[in-house]
Amino acid sequence: MSDPAVRLSGLSKSFGAVAAVAGVDLDIADGEFFAMLGPSGSGKTTVLRLIAGFEAPTSGRVELGGVDVTRLAPFERDVNTVFQDYALFPHMNVVDNVEYGLRVKRVPKAERRARALAALESVRLEGLERRRPNQLSGGQRQRVALARALVNRPRVLLLDEPLGALDLKLREEMQVELKSIQREVGITFLFVTHDQEEALTMSDRVAVFDRGRIEQVGTPADIYEKPVSPFVAGFVGTSNLISGEAAQAVLGREGTFSVRPEKLRVAGLDDAVDAAEHSATGTVSEVVYAGPATRFVVELDVGGRLIALQQNLQVSSMDVMGLRGTRVRLVWHRRHEFAIVSQEGVS
Amino acid sequence: MTPTATAGRTPRRRLTAFLHRHAGVRLSLLLSAPLLWLGVAYLGALAALFVTALWSTDTFTGDVVKELTWVNFQDLFTLDVYRTIALRSVGVAVAVTLIDLVIAFPMAFAMAKLASPRAQRWLVIAVLTPLWASYLVKAYAWRIMLSADGVLGWGYGLTATILTLSYLWLPYMILPIYAGLERLPDSLLDAAGDLGARGPRTFRTVVWPLTFPAVIAGSVFTFSLSLGDYITVKIVGGTSQLIGNVVYDNIGAANNLPFAAAVATVPVVIMLVYLAAVRRTGALENL
Repeated sequence: MSDPAVRLSGLSKSFGAVAAVAGVDLDIADGEFFAMLGPSGSGKTTVLRLIAGFEAPTSGRVELGGVDVTRLAPFERDVNTVFQDYALFPHMNVVDNVEYGLRVKRVPKAERRARALAALESVRLEGLERRRPNQLSGGQRQRVALARALVNRPRVLLLDEPLGALDLKLREEMQVELKSIQREVGITFLFVTHDQEEALTMSDRVAVFDRGRIEQVGTPADIYEKPVSPFVAGFVGTSNLISGEAAQAVLGREGTFSVRPEKLRVAGLDDAVDAAEHSATGTVSEVVYAGPATRFVVELDVGGRLIALQQNLQVSSMDVMGLRGTRVRLVWHRRHEFAIVSQEGVS
Repeated sequence: MTPTATAGRTPRRRLTAFLHRHAGVRLSLLLSAPLLWLGVAYLGALAALFVTALWSTDTFTGDVVKELTWVNFQDLFTLDVYRTIALRSVGVAVAVTLIDLVIAFPMAFAMAKLASPRAQRWLVIAVLTPLWASYLVKAYAWRIMLSADGVLGWGYGLTATILTLSYLWLPYMILPIYAGLERLPDSLLDAAGDLGARGPRTFRTVVWPLTFPAVIAGSVFTFSLSLGDYITVKIVGGTSQLIGNVVYDNIGAANNLPFAAAVATVPVVIMLVYLAAVRRTGALENL
C-alpha cells in the first residue's frame, strides 16, 4: 500500500500549561474526504494548524505522503488551507488572489492566468475576476478561498470550518458542492468542523475529537450508529442512553447502551412486541413538532428518558400535540442498541 | 378615554423622546461643538495667517501696514537664503520620517504580532511614557549626550537635530503603524505563507500594502512636526537654521509679523502637496 497522504504520530501541542493536542495518531488515505469533528477547544483546529505548519508540535511527527515535514515551514509544505475567515487579500481582486500561489512559484503569466480562470470556473465564479473581496457575498468569498487553494494542486487541502460563516441554505448547497469538487479534483480533503451533520454528510471518514484526543475514527455510519463512548454518542446526534438499573430492567444486561431517536417506534401500551425487539413503557413529557418530523420526550417508568423521532407521514401538528401526557411504549429492534465502553471506566 | 403614552411625562423625557425621533437635530447638536472649534479656532486662525502674510511692515515705524501685497512672498522666493532653509527643513523632515519608519515598523510589528497580550500592554505603555515627559527635558538630555564631553560626544549640527527629532517623534510613528498591524488579521499572514510566500514576499505583497495608510498617518505626524520645529534646532542644531527659526526670529527680533506669516505658509503648502501626492497613490482609500 502507498504511503498515507497524512500520517500523524504521537502528535502533541501545549500552549503553556494547556495541552491543546494530547497524543494524536491518525492516518488519512490519499483521496479521502476526512472530517475532524469536535466541540470548540477539542484540539481539532490546532491539529490542522500543525499539519499546515502554522504551529510547531511540542512532540510527535507530521508526515505528508511518507515524508516527515514536522520541521518544515508552511511555505515548504505541499498543503493549502481554506481559512475560517477565508483570509482573502483585501487589496487584490479575485483573480490576483487566486494567482497568488502561482506567482510565488514563478509560473509563467499565461499559464498562471489560464489555471486561475479554470479554478474559478470549477467553483462557478466566472465573470467576477475583477471584483475585490469586499464586493463579494460570503458564499462567493468562500469559493474564491477554495479556488485560491485548489489552483496550487496541493497534496492535501485543509479546510478550517469552511462553511461556518454561511447561512443554513448556502451551507447545505456548499456541502454538496464541496463533495463534488473533491471527487472531481481527487485531492485529499481534510476539514475541521464542529457541526456533526456537516461531518456526516460530506466525509468518507470522521475523527471525533475531545479534549485534545481522538475519541473515535470511522465512517459516518460507524460514528453515528456505533459510538464507542458516551461523549461520541452525545456529540454526534442526540444522546439516547440507557444505563444502570434501567438497562438491567429493559435489556436484562449491565452497562450503558445507546439507541438513536429515529430507531424508536412510539406504540400503544398494549401493542405487540416482536421477539427481536426491546421495549420500555413511559409517559410522554414533551412533544416538539418540527415540520417533517416530531420529537417525543418520554420519561421511562424504570427511570431515565429517551427521545423518539417520528416522521410525520400521516399526522399533522394537531394530532401529535395531543399526545403529551399519554402513556406509550417505545419499541426498537435489538440490532439498533449498542453497548458503549466508557473511557472513564465508570460503567 | 384611553390613556395616551405621553401622559405624565417630564419635559426632560419629552426632549429625549424628541431627539430620539429627530436624528438630524441630534446629529447637528452633537456636531456643533467640534464644527465650531474647527471653523473658528482652526480654519479661522489659518485664514488670519494667510491674510497677515499678504500685509507688510513699515520699515521705519515697525507698524503693520494692512494693505494687500505680494512683497513677502517675493522676498521668500527670490532670496537664496530662504530657499536653502526651506530645502534644508524638508530634508530634515524627510530624514526624520525615514529614520522613524525604519525603527518603528519592526517595533510595531513585534508589538502587534509577536508579543504576548501581556507584553503588548507593557510595550504600548513603554512607547507612550516618553510622551509624558517634557519636550525641553528630552531635548536638553540629547544636548548633554551629544556635547563634546557627553556619552555620544558627536557635537551639534544638522545630524544632531535629525537624531533628536527622530527620538522625539518616534512614538507618533510607532502608534499608527501598531494600530494598523493590529487590524491586519493574522490569517492573512498565515495565508501568504500557506501559498508559498516567504517572509520578505509576505511583507512586500501583503503587510506593506495593507499597512501603508497607517505608515502615511505616522509620516504626516513626523514630517509636519519636524517641519515646524524650532526649539530642538536651537538646542542641538548649532548654527543651522530651519523654517521654524525664521518664523520665530521674524516675530521676535525682526518684529516682522507679516513676513513670519508668509514663511509659516511654506510648511502648510508642503504638507498639502504631500497629502495630495499620497492621495494619488490611492493609499487613503483603504483607511
